Amino acid sequence: MKLPDLAELAVRNLRESILRNSLTTIGISVGVASLVAMLSLGIGLQQLASRRLMKSGLFDTVVVTSRRDLRNFNRDQERSGPAPGESRTLDEATRQEIERMPGVLEAYPDIRFITELRYEDKPHLTMVAALPPSAQSTDAFDALQGRFFSSDTAPEIVIQKTFAEELLGKVPKSGLDETKVAELAAPLLGKELTMRYAQRETAPSVPSSAASDSPADDQGLAGAAYSVVSRELRLKIVGVADLDPESMRGPTRARVFLPLKLAESLHVMQPTDLREISRAPGDRPVYSSVNVRVKSPGQVQAVEDGIKKMGFNTFSILDASRSIQQFFKVLDVFLGIFGSLALAVAFIGIVNTLVMAILERRREIGIMKAIGASDGDVKRLFFAEAGAMGILGGVVGVALGWAIGQVINLGTNVYLKRQNFPPEHFWSVPWWLVAFAILFSFLVSLAAGLYPAGRAARLDPVQALRYE
Amino acid sequence: MSSAGNSQPKSAPAIRVQQLRRHYRMGETMIRAVDGVDLEVSTGEFVALLGSSGSGKSSVLNLIAGLDRPTSGNVIVHDRNLAQLSREELSGYRLRTVGMVFQSFNLIASMTLAENVELPMRFAEIERGKRDSLARDALTRVGLEARMNHRPSELSGGEQQRAALARALINRPQLLLADEPTGNLDSHTGTEIMNILREFNQQLGMTVVMVTHERALAERYAQRLIFLADGRLVSDEVNAAFVTGTERERR
Repeated sequence: MKLPDLAELAVRNLRESILRNSLTTIGISVGVASLVAMLSLGIGLQQLASRRLMKSGLFDTVVVTSRRDLRNFNRDQERSGPAPGESRTLDEATRQEIERMPGVLEAYPDIRFITELRYEDKPHLTMVAALPPSAQSTDAFDALQGRFFSSDTAPEIVIQKTFAEELLGKVPKSGLDETKVAELAAPLLGKELTMRYAQRETAPSVPSSAASDSPADDQGLAGAAYSVVSRELRLKIVGVADLDPESMRGPTRARVFLPLKLAESLHVMQPTDLREISRAPGDRPVYSSVNVRVKSPGQVQAVEDGIKKMGFNTFSILDASRSIQQFFKVLDVFLGIFGSLALAVAFIGIVNTLVMAILERRREIGIMKAIGASDGDVKRLFFAEAGAMGILGGVVGVALGWAIGQVINLGTNVYLKRQNFPPEHFWSVPWWLVAFAILFSFLVSLAAGLYPAGRAARLDPVQALRYE
Repeated sequence: MSSAGNSQPKSAPAIRVQQLRRHYRMGETMIRAVDGVDLEVSTGEFVALLGSSGSGKSSVLNLIAGLDRPTSGNVIVHDRNLAQLSREELSGYRLRTVGMVFQSFNLIASMTLAENVELPMRFAEIERGKRDSLARDALTRVGLEARMNHRPSELSGGEQQRAALARALINRPQLLLADEPTGNLDSHTGTEIMNILREFNQQLGMTVVMVTHERALAERYAQRLIFLADGRLVSDEVNAAFVTGTERERR
């Protein structure tokens, strides 16, 4: 018998005892729904966790430091490779070299310094950090009030919510932060403040604009020297951000952010300047660390290895991510097993329904065999019926599971809101899960049809036709 | 052929049954439903198998139909020994070589007449496009074209048996096996059905084997009467009344 005929007969037979078959199909649906619900919870939680971690930038970021930074010298990775004294300096040329490596999205120097900002004649001491333009597109700035820097050199800043509170003289409440960023932003946006900082200048130097590089006169490093000049810069507040300090890109506690190019042009005195004074020309910046953003977390390992070969120390949380992924795989398996239990019950339901159908349609099977149906035809017909119930149950079940997920998501978010947590989307039904669930339901149903179909096929037609 | 020496010359036997036995166990006792039957049916012949209930006549028919397998002996239909066919081959044989009608019609209740008649063509994997017209032709032949979209339960017994005949005919089998085809019908409708059987036999050249316990019916339509009792052949005789009977009807 050909497939269209098979399908047609199967659907017709299913309709003949519509109530029983509907109930069985609902049983399958519930099983599939529970499987989908469990797995989408697992996937959703995993996505939530990785979204948070991606936001933190820990998984696609490699922090590169010079081997001359001796602070972590005891770590294993420092023992291999060139000795700290012979290693390369982390300067602009190196940064560009790293940026050209395959898999690297961007490499930008990590500029941060502690300095004083004056607002309405009151000094505020804080950590200032530079942000590359790409930071704008990360989720971390989702809750930004105002706007991001208009250009990479604009004298503008984005301040962190806690700093805004400080500027406005508000006492931050302990525990849950209730203040809305918008309330803080309104009186501050567009205001200017003055940053005082220490500028490093090559000596002898002509006091000139901070941005201009003096012509190369660096042949004699022995005589290199800096002069440190105190400078002031007026900066406009364009944005107030509500960053989770734990999840900021790179390990930072900065509360004020500058555009990267602007920060570079300021030549703010950095701790590395003193360390590298014997090697680097005074007018070339030497970075204490460079943040490298990798295109995908999967490429982190390769990029890290490449940078290590260049003779630098690297740091990423790849290993942490591996164990987290492993945890979620185990969680998925457990959730899948619990979800499958309901499907196992549905499996028995299908077997039961089909065995009943054989008893009921004993005569019909006998007739079909008498007029020429082969064992295979009968077997395939029962398989088709089981499969049709499986597919239908799978589709309904996926919809049901999705709906259950939405309801739970909604309910939990209402609860989270009451507890003053931001709403989270921890429920996810990716398309492959939909396909997998329907396929799985189909296969389970076919497996359930195995015994009844075999039994129907083996039915002796003479016996089946004997009694009225 | 010698036993059926009537006016029509016959070719090679369509059915040869040799030392056929079908025994089965029912509890402790061994039932010998068929116990050493030999018979031959020629192509185009109309044969009646007669006997009381339990004589083994239906069992012989089921063995010829390939619905059952002999305990020993051979059933050779058009040079194919059914005992040697696989299950798959046997179902193909039932599908293409044999058409069957039963006392209880055995139409599928959930299908319309057209669908019932179409069902063997589905198993035979005949193209969808051809099936409709073939089913319609078969139903027209038995006078049911107006009822083709009715379900069996909406029809009289005679109509149901006519539909069953249309279904038996649909794959153009060489052999028509009828198991008490009029057993559930009144005499008038029974005659109607028997006339169709004879029409199939005479116009389409189908070999017909009919099981019945009504001797009068057999004498009226069959060319040869075979009597069975206790699973054995009791007599195998040419129906003397047949020729005169048909001539009387022709007049």
